[in-house]
Amino acid sequence: MTLELRVQHRFDGFELDVDITAPKGVTVLFGPSGSGKTTLVNAVAGLLRPDLGRIVAGDWVLADTQARCWLPPHRRRIGYIFQEGRLFPHLSVRQNLAYGRWFAPRGAQPDSMARVVDMLGIGHLLGRRPAALSGGEKQRVAIGRALLAAPKLILADEPLAALDEGRKAEILPYFERLRDELSIPILYVSHSSAEVARLATTVIALRAGRVAGFGPPAQVLGDVAAVGARGAASVLGARVIAHHADGLSELSTAAGTLWLPRVPDPPGAALRLRIAAHDVILSRAAPQGLSALNILRGTISDIRTGEGPGAMVTLELGGAGPDEGQGERLVARITRRSVAALGLERGQSCHAIVKSVSVAPGDIGTGRSG
Amino acid sequence: MWGEWANWLGPNEWQAVRLSLRVAFWATLLSLPLGIAVAYVLARCEFPGKQVLNGIVHLPLILPPVVTGYLLLITFGRRGAVGQFLDEWFGIVLSFRWTGAAVAAAVMAFPLMVRAIRLALEAVDPKLEAAASTLGASRLWVFVTVTLPLILPGIVAGAILAFAKAIGEFGATITFVSNIPGQTQTIPSAIYAFLQVPGGQDSATRLVIVAIVIAMSALLLSELIARRVARLVGGT
Repeated sequence: MTLELRVQHRFDGFELDVDITAPKGVTVLFGPSGSGKTTLVNAVAGLLRPDLGRIVAGDWVLADTQARCWLPPHRRRIGYIFQEGRLFPHLSVRQNLAYGRWFAPRGAQPDSMARVVDMLGIGHLLGRRPAALSGGEKQRVAIGRALLAAPKLILADEPLAALDEGRKAEILPYFERLRDELSIPILYVSHSSAEVARLATTVIALRAGRVAGFGPPAQVLGDVAAVGARGAASVLGARVIAHHADGLSELSTAAGTLWLPRVPDPPGAALRLRIAAHDVILSRAAPQGLSALNILRGTISDIRTGEGPGAMVTLELGGAGPDEGQGERLVARITRRSVAALGLERGQSCHAIVKSVSVAPGDIGTGRSG
Repeated sequence: MWGEWANWLGPNEWQAVRLSLRVAFWATLLSLPLGIAVAYVLARCEFPGKQVLNGIVHLPLILPPVVTGYLLLITFGRRGAVGQFLDEWFGIVLSFRWTGAAVAAAVMAFPLMVRAIRLALEAVDPKLEAAASTLGASRLWVFVTVTLPLILPGIVAGAILAFAKAIGEFGATITFVSNIPGQTQTIPSAIYAFLQVPGGQDSATRLVIVAIVIAMSALLLSELIARRVARLVGGT
């Protein structure tokens, strides 16, 4: 089930121009506010009519303006999860959940209410009104309502942006489950690179209405041109080896062992980690007498300097892990002065140091990277 | 007990009270669907001539009621274009009948009703309606399942406001359908008539008290219902 997005739209001096076919899974639209993410999603939902557009989810044509095809929103069969939830205040949680199901065409087989309620853990809320729910509860109900409409495509427009960190951590796993269990495409809007790293199968980095990067999260997040210096990060595949008594978990990666504050997943679980580029320190010699536990070996494949004092160094991590993806990369953001002082060049081998505590729980998700 | 109270008002006075209630009830009920439709158009649609429609709806509020009554008379009277049509095709005669009084009351109360409903409509978040449409509801279903329940407090407030206005309508009514006891003599026209004859002061005073009681009850009732509905709609 691929997702074809071809949208051109011009308004108020802004021009959106996207032409992408994303593979199955979660496609994350990533970019700063004003980059056109919501415009694109609303065009997919039919809430905004672009100048030119062809939108196809699998074999379901939602719009093809050249063929004069434009389905109105209520016939698009989408499950739209909004940032603010948008639950109907006059209906109970149960009625909210049933709303889309009632309009689903005969023959469509929506998920069973019981299964969705159980998966989202909202059974005890069914009789309540939305006003009596917390932010996280509202968002779980909104996810359920979208799923039960028997959609052919799920849209999520920054569904976590209005929540605090604790609630984010509560909701993100549900999206990971959707990614792993649903066969329909999911288009997910975010400006958080942590969410991208955890959820995305494919990333579309938008900048000022144009596609600045497109591909697997490790590739796009490591590209400064696509995501900017602040958002740049590495996404590494890892496997849980063991949990230790001192509160650390041992993980194996392509470049060796990583020690992280205890992760909730059992030994053997595949995880993906996001490591922000500015949390990585480089050293040419194997460092000694250092408090940092995580030292990864790799070869410098790229050094980029831009306008400012910073430089972005890409390391191809040495293939030490038996089964973790070869060719994984780590990006480090250091100063140009350091590049010169260390005499860093392409092809050199190098050590990267990552503090255990700089990988926050929000940066660790389930599933394999890339 | 009730008998004593019933005798407190004379038969002519009772007649006026009953007629007023009947006129106001039907005026409110029958203008409600049109009021909702016009409020929706004014709140949600953009079209050339919108300001003209808005002006026409509000005209009875600003025109002298006598002018509105006269316009009704030349339109809906026996000789008026619409009046003739209604008489010939449906056998409906409005002039000098209680039905005419109801039409006059409805026209005069209409702007108040539309204003209240329009305010409620403008308070509804269009994003909720967009959410409903993405879930598969057509425009009509969005209106029935989302918009209408959310504006219910406004509809109730508008209806009760219109009812109170209809009870008190005087100028347009007396111009259009005159002041015939038992036919078109509502509470205000009865008070006016009693004040024109010697010794009518007591009857007039009693009707004034009735008018105050009805107005107060309508206000309290509207508060009560609005609160109930608000709890039902936005409720916790």
